[in-house]
Amino acid sequence: MEEPEQTVTNLPRPASAYQQPRVPVDRPPSETIFEARNVSIYYGAFKAVTDVTLPIYENEITAFIGSSGSGKTTVLRSFNRMNDLIPGARLDGEMYYRGQSLYDGDVSPTAVRRRIGMVFQKPNPFPKSIYDNVAYGPRINGERNKGKLDEVVERSLRRAALWDEVKNRLKTSGLSLSGGQAQRLCIARTIAVEPDVVLMDEPASALDPIATGKIEDLMHELKSQYTIIIVTHNMQQATRVSDRTAFFSVLTDGDGDTRTGVLVEHGPTEQIFQDPRDSRTQAYVTGRMG
Amino acid sequence: MAADTAQQAKADLREPTGWRRTKNRIATVLMVVSFVLVIVPLGFVIVTVIAKGASIISWQFLTSDIPPSVLPANFGGLGPAVLGTILITSLATVVAVPLGILGAIYLNEYGGRGLLGRFIGFMADVMTGVPSIVMGLFIFSIWVIHFGYSGLAGALALGCLMLPVVIRSTHEMLRLVPNSLREGAYALGASKARVTVTVVLPAALGGIVSGALLAVARAAGETAPLLFTILTVTAPNPNVFSGPNTALPLQIFSNASQPYTGAQARGWGAALTLIAITFILMIAARIVTARFGRYSR
Amino acid sequence: MGDRTFQILTLAAGLLVLVILVLIAASTTDQSTSWFAHEGISGIFSKTWDLRTNQFGALSFIFGTALTAVIAVILSVPVSLGIALLLTEVVPRRFARPLVYVVDLLAVVPSVVWGLWGFLVFAPWLQTTVYASIGSFFKGVPVLGNLFGPPVGGAVSGVSFMTAGIILAFMITPIITSLSREVIATVPTMDREGAYALGATRLEMIRGVVLPHSQGGLVGAVLLGLGRAMGETIAVALVIGSSVTITSHLFAPGYNMPAVIANQFGEAFGLQKAGLMGIAVLLFVLTIIINVAARGIVARAARRGRGA
Repeated sequence: MEEPEQTVTNLPRPASAYQQPRVPVDRPPSETIFEARNVSIYYGAFKAVTDVTLPIYENEITAFIGSSGSGKTTVLRSFNRMNDLIPGARLDGEMYYRGQSLYDGDVSPTAVRRRIGMVFQKPNPFPKSIYDNVAYGPRINGERNKGKLDEVVERSLRRAALWDEVKNRLKTSGLSLSGGQAQRLCIARTIAVEPDVVLMDEPASALDPIATGKIEDLMHELKSQYTIIIVTHNMQQATRVSDRTAFFSVLTDGDGDTRTGVLVEHGPTEQIFQDPRDSRTQAYVTGRMG
Repeated sequence: MAADTAQQAKADLREPTGWRRTKNRIATVLMVVSFVLVIVPLGFVIVTVIAKGASIISWQFLTSDIPPSVLPANFGGLGPAVLGTILITSLATVVAVPLGILGAIYLNEYGGRGLLGRFIGFMADVMTGVPSIVMGLFIFSIWVIHFGYSGLAGALALGCLMLPVVIRSTHEMLRLVPNSLREGAYALGASKARVTVTVVLPAALGGIVSGALLAVARAAGETAPLLFTILTVTAPNPNVFSGPNTALPLQIFSNASQPYTGAQARGWGAALTLIAITFILMIAARIVTARFGRYSR
Repeated sequence: MGDRTFQILTLAAGLLVLVILVLIAASTTDQSTSWFAHEGISGIFSKTWDLRTNQFGALSFIFGTALTAVIAVILSVPVSLGIALLLTEVVPRRFARPLVYVVDLLAVVPSVVWGLWGFLVFAPWLQTTVYASIGSFFKGVPVLGNLFGPPVGGAVSGVSFMTAGIILAFMITPIITSLSREVIATVPTMDREGAYALGATRLEMIRGVVLPHSQGGLVGAVLLGLGRAMGETIAVALVIGSSVTITSHLFAPGYNMPAVIANQFGEAFGLQKAGLMGIAVLLFVLTIIINVAARGIVARAARRGRGA
């Protein structure tokens, strides 16, 4: 993928301490991490999402955009089987992770979630110390060695760009952090288990612009090691951080009674924003709707 | 005409006149009177207990053996009863609190919404209303008849009284833990048991402990369940698993109807001790909620 | 420990509640079958409770339980409601908290201490001051004399149905108050403000908005208090007078179900013991019914949006 010269990705970004130009990364040919084929998701009788077919490639940031109710979060949560927690949720179609079917009978959801992590819209640090928050994941994976845990905690907090701010108060409660810091703590907590993929559900929507900038910088740095899928309401954010974008929309039947989410189109971010194939995408990204 | 309307406008802004206002005032007075009606006897009881009991309280009182009722107040004490209350209530707590917490976990985290879960929750609430004497006779029927009187039997009876109370209060506390915490732990690949034990329970711990302390306070003051499970003896019995025993409430009960002033004085002393224990436990419960009850407010 | 094991463990703990309730019913009934068989339906509900003739009818105790519980509820409900309304509608938030603590303090006094104080202090005082004057005032008066006058062939007694009822009222007030407070707190502020905006006085707002809204929950709270009053043992055992009788005189000594069990079970044997067990069965069934009804009413009212 060559560096584009004049594109919408050159929109100004909020000031942040980690301002870096976007440089092309040398990486091996894209491997398909996820593949969704004709996926429909139901909550009981309600069909939240219809017929989604979509690939997610390794070491890329894929953004899901679209209006409310279009199913972006539902699809995101289906990648790590978090929808299982909702009674009555069910998935039709096929979902593959590295070639293996995610929803097979013998697949353990907890094993899935160890490899596919998630950061939530509202930061949700545990009411434990900062150290214990980050060490939680490695501990449940069986790591008991204090030295190793110290190492993992420091490494994860550094990668989440939080180390310098908290290194002297690792024993204080995770709840004492500001919104932006708490979210970086949640990111540190997620990457402490060395996942393969990190899912992010509007990770910066509850944060102020400066904290948002820090999170976005973080995403760029994490991209080299993890695959990231992010749901976002903010189109500028999508253009700033993502390599590929998937646009979802709401489909209503004739009388407007049944609403379901559908995937309208997906592709490289510049193409979606500059030269979308579908008129609905065009309307959304130019701000005429949603 | 203008003057009239001005007069009328002024009148409308005053308080509702006559009967309406009077009724309102009467109602307020009645409400305050109700409060006083409740405070006065409470005050009397506490003052009387302190007045009649304080003089007899001493280390000797709390540790000496129980003398024959006829002896005056400065002889002996109620040591065996203090020992019995501490041992039996502790044993009951150890039995009832973990089971109660597990039951509440079932109701809130696992089966609470299904038919069985809702039925269990409903019956647990109903069980809080079972009279304490019935609990005592129940343990008498299934335990004492076969295994004899013992502190353990008394502890079982107290435990049965505590169990539904602990289930209810723990259930309330678990409900208050925000779901986002559970989701965060699930997303890290924790199993449901692990999420519950390592994230939900610690988050609700303050409220759970506080509720347990209140249940213990209530159990420490119960007499009826102990009447026919531990009997009432005067010799100290540190072995809580065999042999009849005694406890503070039982001594109060038997001393209350004695004609001897010595026995009555010991009864007042025991009453004061019991109220002090209950009061301390209730204060401790409030402190725990205030300091550790992150999600219980 | 596996996930499955933990889940089963929690389910077992939950089922324990049901198991215990069933066992209570089964074991007490089992211990009292000889009484049920011997007395039959008519015998169970007869007045005679006599060791010498080996007749054990429970009617006096059922009467006593009903009478003392009714007295307790009549005395306690207006007071509890008044306090609950005082704390939710009248007193400003900041002062309500400490006052609630004070009311909860009533619960710190164990039943046996109420009994001790009742027997040694309250009852004698009541007898010589309150009962004596009321008794002599109503002596010979046609209807009320049967209630408040001295019993036939005797005098007013400090240890009596009335005293037991009063002490029970003290004991159930914190429960009814706290439940009522919870129920009243669920009335939406919007509705309260609506009434005030129409110029209602506080009493009118309470009668028009709070009470209709919370009637279901309040009924439930009263029933729960009633159940508690019926089952309360030790305080009653000490102040009710331990006299097997059915009478209309409130100031006469009497008996009720839990009190007779507490006082007589220790030395009972044979049919008397089975009879006392049978009374326990009746008491259990009675309180379960009342509790189920109370919780059911509260749940229905909550669903319909009319309380709790």
